Amino acid sequence: MDINMTLLGQTITFIVFVWFCYKFIWPFLIEAMRERQKTIAEGLAAGEEAERSRESAREEVADRLKDAQAEAQRIVDQARSQAAQMVEQARQDARDEGDRLKEAANAEIEQEFNRARETLRGEVAALAVQGAQRILEADIDRDRHGELLNRLAAEL
Amino acid sequence: MAETSAEYIQHHLTNLTYGQCSDGAWQFAPCADGASMTFLSVNVDSMGWSIGLGIVFCLIFRIAARRATAGIPGALQNAVEMLVEFIDDTCRSIFTHSNAVIAPMALTIFVWVFLMNLMDLVPVDWIPELAYALGVPYMKIVPTTDPNVTMGMALAVFALILFYSIRQKGAGGFLGELAFHPFPKVLAPVNFILESVTLLAKPLSLGLRLFGNLYAGEMIFILIALMYAGWAIGIFGGILQWAWAVFHVLIITLQAFIFAVLTVVYLAQAYDVEEEH
Repeated sequence: MDINMTLLGQTITFIVFVWFCYKFIWPFLIEAMRERQKTIAEGLAAGEEAERSRESAREEVADRLKDAQAEAQRIVDQARSQAAQMVEQARQDARDEGDRLKEAANAEIEQEFNRARETLRGEVAALAVQGAQRILEADIDRDRHGELLNRLAAEL
Repeated sequence: MAETSAEYIQHHLTNLTYGQCSDGAWQFAPCADGASMTFLSVNVDSMGWSIGLGIVFCLIFRIAARRATAGIPGALQNAVEMLVEFIDDTCRSIFTHSNAVIAPMALTIFVWVFLMNLMDLVPVDWIPELAYALGVPYMKIVPTTDPNVTMGMALAVFALILFYSIRQKGAGGFLGELAFHPFPKVLAPVNFILESVTLLAKPLSLGLRLFGNLYAGEMIFILIALMYAGWAIGIFGGILQWAWAVFHVLIITLQAFIFAVLTVVYLAQAYDVEEEH
């Protein structure tokens, strides 16, 4: 247990081992650890980023789906209202056509009626003149009493 | 080996020493005149085991360092990195200045001292008996039970304390720190004596703490080993040895850690500029 050269020998040994560790061991291990730490941190960050972009993509998909649904609904509504409009239009046209035809028929009937009445009137006037002639025995001068006769015929 | 208990203990506590006797002859101990050797001698077993274990540390960690990958680490790299991380964290929390040597030094101290302490768990008779059978008279396998070894390391730490103190503060600043605290400047001689004692106590306590703990632990193992004389007491001794070994696992780890951490603390103090009183 005496103190001897071992003391200095151990001091030198200590310094040599520390130097070896400082030079050939520590930097390599620390560097590998730092690098792995960085890799892991980057991996985690990338994962988070992917998660975020997935979330935003999902939101976009939802948005577009909603838009598409709204668009489809709009188109359906439009088509439906257009169809209703067309049916209404057709009905209106049909009604108009019917009215027109009825009016035309009425006018024709009226015309026929008037014509018949004119004809009838003329014939009645002639018959009246003939009757009156027979009664008055040719006293009536057509030229003189023509005016009167015509008025009579118009009144019939 | 037929011997008394005192001889047995003495044998286990004696280093294998090679050096110069007082009569000038170079030889293994003991000297012809029975006196102890001069300073020019070396404890061959302490040096051998400590250098061997240091090389074991260097080899294992060097292999791990060469294979170190930033990818998925293997078992060896995992274990080594756990230690490195632990030491690195400890150093960062204690030593706040920038010095690339501190952490590797703490790692070296911790692992190397731990390995040297670990030899304490080898049953005390195995290797000395084997060496004796091979013709080597003495063999102490726990280097840290040799004060030369622990004080040698403490000496290196002390040299670093002085080196960094002077480098960081200048010779004047360092002397001023010794002379102007803790009392006012007029009491500089008193301060200087006090602070010098404080300074010298650092390496002394550092080395002697490790030596004392391990020496006492080794001594208890030797005393327990003395019980292997009869069946009943031998079994009891076995149980005691196991129990002490389990407890010793804690001590050897703790002492290695304390040595490493105190080294870092002392060097941090060498960097720190104390505030004026």
